[in-house]
Amino acid sequence: MAEHTREPLIRVRKKDEPALLQKAAVILAAVLCALLVSALFIYFVTKLDPVSVYTSMVKGAFGTSRRAWITIRDTCLLLLISVSLAPAFRMRFWNCGAEGQILIGGLTTAAFMIYWGNKVPTAVLLILMAAVSALAGALWSYLPAAFKAKYDTNETLFTLMMNYVAIQFVEFFVDFWDKKRSHSVGVINMNSQGGWFPQVGGLQYGLNVLIVIIVTVFIYVYMKYSKHGYEGAVVGESVATAKYAGINVPKVIRRNVLLSGAIAGLAGFVEVAGISHTISKETAGGRGFTAIIVCWLAKFNPLAMVIISAFIVFLSKGASQISSDFGLNEYASNIITGIILFFILSAEFFNSYSISFGHARKEEPEA
Amino acid sequence: MNKFAKGLLAGSMALALTACSSGGNAPASPAADESNAKIGIILVGDENEGYTYAHMVGIREAAKGLGIADEDILWKYTIGEDQSCYDAAVDLIENGATLVISNSYGHQSYMQQAAQEYPDVTFVADTGDTAAVSGLANFKNAFTAVYESRYVSGVVAGMKLAELSEQGLITEANMDADGNVKIGYVGAFPYAEVVSGYTAFYLGVKSVVSNVSMYVKYTNSWFDLTAEATVADELMSQGCIIIGQHADSTGAPSQLQKNMQDNKYGFTAYSVGYNVSMLDVAPDIALTSASNVWEKFYTYAFTCWKNGEEIMTDWTGGYNDGAVEITPLGTACAEGTQERVDAVIDAIKSGDLKVFDASTFTIGGVTPTSMLGDVDADFEPETECLIDGYFHESEFRSAPYFAARIDGIVELN
Repeated sequence: MAEHTREPLIRVRKKDEPALLQKAAVILAAVLCALLVSALFIYFVTKLDPVSVYTSMVKGAFGTSRRAWITIRDTCLLLLISVSLAPAFRMRFWNCGAEGQILIGGLTTAAFMIYWGNKVPTAVLLILMAAVSALAGALWSYLPAAFKAKYDTNETLFTLMMNYVAIQFVEFFVDFWDKKRSHSVGVINMNSQGGWFPQVGGLQYGLNVLIVIIVTVFIYVYMKYSKHGYEGAVVGESVATAKYAGINVPKVIRRNVLLSGAIAGLAGFVEVAGISHTISKETAGGRGFTAIIVCWLAKFNPLAMVIISAFIVFLSKGASQISSDFGLNEYASNIITGIILFFILSAEFFNSYSISFGHARKEEPEA
Repeated sequence: MNKFAKGLLAGSMALALTACSSGGNAPASPAADESNAKIGIILVGDENEGYTYAHMVGIREAAKGLGIADEDILWKYTIGEDQSCYDAAVDLIENGATLVISNSYGHQSYMQQAAQEYPDVTFVADTGDTAAVSGLANFKNAFTAVYESRYVSGVVAGMKLAELSEQGLITEANMDADGNVKIGYVGAFPYAEVVSGYTAFYLGVKSVVSNVSMYVKYTNSWFDLTAEATVADELMSQGCIIIGQHADSTGAPSQLQKNMQDNKYGFTAYSVGYNVSMLDVAPDIALTSASNVWEKFYTYAFTCWKNGEEIMTDWTGGYNDGAVEITPLGTACAEGTQERVDAVIDAIKSGDLKVFDASTFTIGGVTPTSMLGDVDADFEPETECLIDGYFHESEFRSAPYFAARIDGIVELN
């Protein structure tokens, strides 16, 4: 019965990196399809007008200048965290510990704000907090990196576990600083604003944007043009090749992961001193994990991460606006967001693989 | 790729700069046109969470009663107790809200931050405790006197204990070494709001059955299905035969219902819930739930808002205001419970019965003659609250401040 020459119905084949324009076209098509499918869901399940729902999403993210600023602010934070992952991911060191590194950085910043917020001049304090928070984040990532470099331990599990340790640290200090037993430190230095980001160029979130631009450009240059960045890429492609080329692999791992942790720690500093002015186990808020999606979708390219983080933040702002405007609960909004992300991920698939049907003996010419 | 991405980066930066030039940080003045004024609501959850659902129902009923149009109420759901609360408040104001109300304790400091910046807008942090000491005229707190309905729910539990005892269903396993019947309580956090509530519940039980001791375990979360279920199961495994709660999920009653069906511990434990009736999830073992009628507060606040009157700094309402109640009794309740409940409610209303009557409890073995409460929220008890033989809960400010640990109640964590 069985045919010896039987071929699969669908063949999936890795293809060469398509041209940029073609890639963009596929992604655009995916977004359009996603909007169409979501529209069906909105129309048939929630009985609402899809156009007004989409309008509401845009209004939620950009409706007022303040909303636009909050979207920019949150994009910057997510971008900074995504960028922090790049040097590690490039080496195929799966740093799932950004969450913990942010928390430790944020905790350090909060400690400085609580103890020195009203004693040390703001400029000095900010520089100090930035440096120490980055150091704290770096230390938090160093442990898994050192073990990976020396004993080749599994970094995914190690960094994940470090997240839980960080959460417990934060929980301990929240109770330590909270005299009301309400399990919350509230807004730190609400009246004096000690240690808060000052306005830069008349902009409330100017400093946030500035820091993130500087770090993003730095990482882009580091990864693309520096010898150190190149070494990381080689380690990621093949450890054997790296060794053959005389690269000190453990050293490269430690260096890049330290850099990764330092930037995540810095993100904790930006979040605590520049945005929330408080610390809790929710400070990282899952962004350390969302950043992994951003990092992957951007193929570890810091500049592409700008667009992807902006898009993800836009979706979440839009989703909460839908729930406000139409009384749809979070789940309905999440379904719409989910559909859109699903289509974009599919687009990634079609950009990386070609598909042919039936008994194709010959390779079809590339479209 | 790089050129393309750079172009986009440059584009987005340019966009950012355009957005900058249009301002973005100076607080916009609130809606000047009164006819366009709106009410902004900040909720910690949505209709899937009992505590918030009770608020949503109260807001809708109050608005309906006062003829406030749907579009005049702006909603923000699932707002965390963090910066997003401040962001939500400011966003509501920019969209015309002149009254902003948040429903969770942790929203308070962010509401206060916004209140500082927008003196023309009124802010109410429900269940908060710092309005009176904030020095801000536009920052208010509101809290129901839910300890009253907790006491009544305790009476319901006490009646059940008495019935179980008569039926011989209380065994050695349900008693401690001193011959007290064990009951349990799933608490959220170890602070005054919860302590006041469980003490009232315990005193309610004790008003019916004198030999009873209560074990309290905290989940350190207001809403955590799994943790509440786990704690309820643990309390039951230690022999607790009735389990009350001050936590917002249905975790505990669901677990007790399941334990009954599986006959896990060889006895049946009953549940006294919070916020909403637990009969849907635990039809066989739910007795009743202590709950708030938030509609009363929202009607008051919305009326003030409509008439341009000032909302009081600390609003509180109990049985006399119709602001608290217990949910309909389950079929598991003991005979005669309804009559007893009605009598107790009447006594509370008339003032004949004081929930925290100092003659009904002891602290460290002695009947207290003086009890200080931390009314000014500075972490130090300073105000004498034991006057005329009872503790004056929620009279000096709306949020509870009864934080004494009385005899007969054991905190497990």
